[in-house]
Amino acid sequence: MPKEATTANRSFSNSFGYAAEELSKTFLSPLGIVAGIIVILGLIITVLRFTGGLAAVTNLSDYNPWGIWIGFDLLTGVALAAGGFVTSAAVYIFGMKKYHSAVRPAVLTGFLGYVLVVVALHYDVGRPWRLPYPFILQQGTTSILFEVGACVALYLTVLFLEFCPAALEWLGLKKVRDLVIKLTMVLTIFGVILSTLHQSSLGALFLIARSKLHPLWYSSYLPVFFFISSIIAGLSMVIFESTLSHRYFLHKMDAAHLDEREGVTLGFGKAASFVLAGYFIVKVIGISEGNHWHLLATPYGIWFLVELFVFVALPCYLYAIGTRDKNQRLIKFTAVWTVLGVVLNRLNVSLVAFNWHLPAADRYFPHWMEIAISIFLVTVGIIAFRVIVSVMPIFYEHPDFRKNH
Amino acid sequence: MGETIFTLHEFMLQTETITYIIVAISFFVILFFWIFLTKLDGE
Amino acid sequence: MSVSRRKVLVWMGTAGLSTAFGRSAYSATNHLKGYPDSFGVLYDNMLCIGCRSCEAACNIVNALPPPARPFNDLSVLDSNRRTDPKAFMVINRYDHVENTKSPLHQRIGCNHCLEPACASSCFVRAYTKTKTGAVSYDASVCVGCRYCMIACPFDIPTFEYDKALAPRIRKCTMCYPRLIEGKLPGCVVACPTQALTFGKRTDLIKMARERIRKRPDRYVDHIYGQHEMGGTSWLYLSGDPFKEMGMREDLGITPAPEMTKRALGAVPIVAGIWPVLLTGIYAMTKRKEKIAKEEQEKAIAMALDQAKAEAESKIAEALAKAKKEKEAAIEKEVKKALEKTTGTQAKEDA
Repeated sequence: MPKEATTANRSFSNSFGYAAEELSKTFLSPLGIVAGIIVILGLIITVLRFTGGLAAVTNLSDYNPWGIWIGFDLLTGVALAAGGFVTSAAVYIFGMKKYHSAVRPAVLTGFLGYVLVVVALHYDVGRPWRLPYPFILQQGTTSILFEVGACVALYLTVLFLEFCPAALEWLGLKKVRDLVIKLTMVLTIFGVILSTLHQSSLGALFLIARSKLHPLWYSSYLPVFFFISSIIAGLSMVIFESTLSHRYFLHKMDAAHLDEREGVTLGFGKAASFVLAGYFIVKVIGISEGNHWHLLATPYGIWFLVELFVFVALPCYLYAIGTRDKNQRLIKFTAVWTVLGVVLNRLNVSLVAFNWHLPAADRYFPHWMEIAISIFLVTVGIIAFRVIVSVMPIFYEHPDFRKNH
Repeated sequence: MGETIFTLHEFMLQTETITYIIVAISFFVILFFWIFLTKLDGE
Repeated sequence: MSVSRRKVLVWMGTAGLSTAFGRSAYSATNHLKGYPDSFGVLYDNMLCIGCRSCEAACNIVNALPPPARPFNDLSVLDSNRRTDPKAFMVINRYDHVENTKSPLHQRIGCNHCLEPACASSCFVRAYTKTKTGAVSYDASVCVGCRYCMIACPFDIPTFEYDKALAPRIRKCTMCYPRLIEGKLPGCVVACPTQALTFGKRTDLIKMARERIRKRPDRYVDHIYGQHEMGGTSWLYLSGDPFKEMGMREDLGITPAPEMTKRALGAVPIVAGIWPVLLTGIYAMTKRKEKIAKEEQEKAIAMALDQAKAEAESKIAEALAKAKKEKEAAIEKEVKKALEKTTGTQAKEDA
């Protein structure tokens, strides 16, 4: 049992002291040094962004107003953070108690993911301090982006509250913690509603740009595609995060966590296989509804088929084999492959299929500083994850709060 | 009812604004209704 | 016939989804025709000589910085341009060697759509379609998200990417401040050949129809902007096909807000049905767990009872058996005793 797990003689400031200690320890390992360099570089580019404008650090143009900060940080980030609502729903709504140990790590991943999405947004929009304007000043209710913004803001609050009990247990604030725990059911349901809405609406953002998106990716079913693939992304990210955590944070895990681990991988792998099958079917229906079969023979069509077969059909099959053979390694590999597939899909919609009709000179490729900032934000997220799981009861049950589920 | 609506944009601005408000209110209504129903079960 | 709770939830889900995704033959919005008496500008490229006076006037009226090359430098037209933060309107030249109509020009700038995609997409209502027909942009609320640039089918809005703290979207305003003063747009005033005509949109369409009717050999039989994206306030006549003038002919006539209507409509339906559906699933899951627990307890109790009954019957059996054995033993002893007695009696008698 990790030694920080008792409240004996622990004060508020002691807790933060432990956290600060863990934070500084992060940069001591070889990987930590690399992370440190990335962070320093990121901070420098941040200054450049806010002194020289977007032109100084991006390759954005009037034809390409959205680059990887939207295509990756926002669209992909939100999809990959979907593990929170998927796991909470499985455990609390569908009553699958055997996945209970996966809830806190999934909620943490989701919470950090959404925080990073909001931070990334501050880099991308022209006047980030005006981000509250749509809510407090003038509501553009005809805009899908308004709905995305409202749902993301609310969902961030939900995730924060779902994450709170772990932090409150760490700080020893029992009364507040017990109060917040009572909200679990309401938060879970509200979280599923909000997630359904904004995951699908991120796809709906592109509905208005019908003339700019390649017909194989443009569909009135875009919201459905994005929602289903977010579930797939969430399930796979939980497996992926579990794989990494078992490698680097094994000493933090209690018996329940270690016992349930293989069951989570198998169960989530099976679910992912099934949802991937459904996703494949609706994508094919999308082609049929648009009568776009002939487009499959074009270069873009080949690329679409690569996305569909290599990154949807293949992982569906591999997950199924892994489930049948109870092959943990295969499922873990497939999870990484599936996550890459969702990344590919989001980038395809926002950057590859978007403006497909423009001449090469007008197409977009990210500036290295844009890539650096994206890596910087992911690195900060990983560091935060590391510090939090090192000091808070994420992978173990706090001894003072056991049997409260 | 006030000014006439001439464009689809104006129409949707009105319908969506009212709808969002209805959704926000409904969330609380359904929450309190659920609490009421489960209390009836004596849980 | 009783209906299960699960059935009702499935029906509701289906009803909701079909409302969101179903097609309605009678739309509630078919009657919306836009502001009556709104203005527009007609650009006729058979009258345009490519002098760039309109560009110069636009620059002055909007107080834009002087360009790198002056407006009377017509070699600028050698390459096609798009709008940028210093040029709200550009004239492009198109040369067709075989064609006797060449060179022809095309004006690129905000078309002030009847149902603007920018206004529909803006989450802070920075765009307004005014009654004059001009689509105005309010930089004082703009957050700089650039979704309007994604939405505009004509790729018109341009962004001040090099400004760090106060970047704005820039585009043709149709000289709205001048319009409300009763003045004409700067470009219209400056045009020496009346290639640009200002007037009520309905009148301009009639005028354009008339020009085509009078000279069918001269003009392509199409008024660009009459129906594209639901109609625009800027209208175009051309001597050569619009596709060759850099104008997309594949945009369709569906206005932008129509494209997002269904998705927007699905949002409140999900928000309305999901709470009931999810809470219902939760309640059913809990009930299943409760029933499973009760059945398990019942099974345990039954098993206990059965074991108890079995044990009791075993004890009773054992007791009965013991009793029988005891009785048999007693009988045996009694018999033995009796035999002994009769044996002694027989001995005494002898």
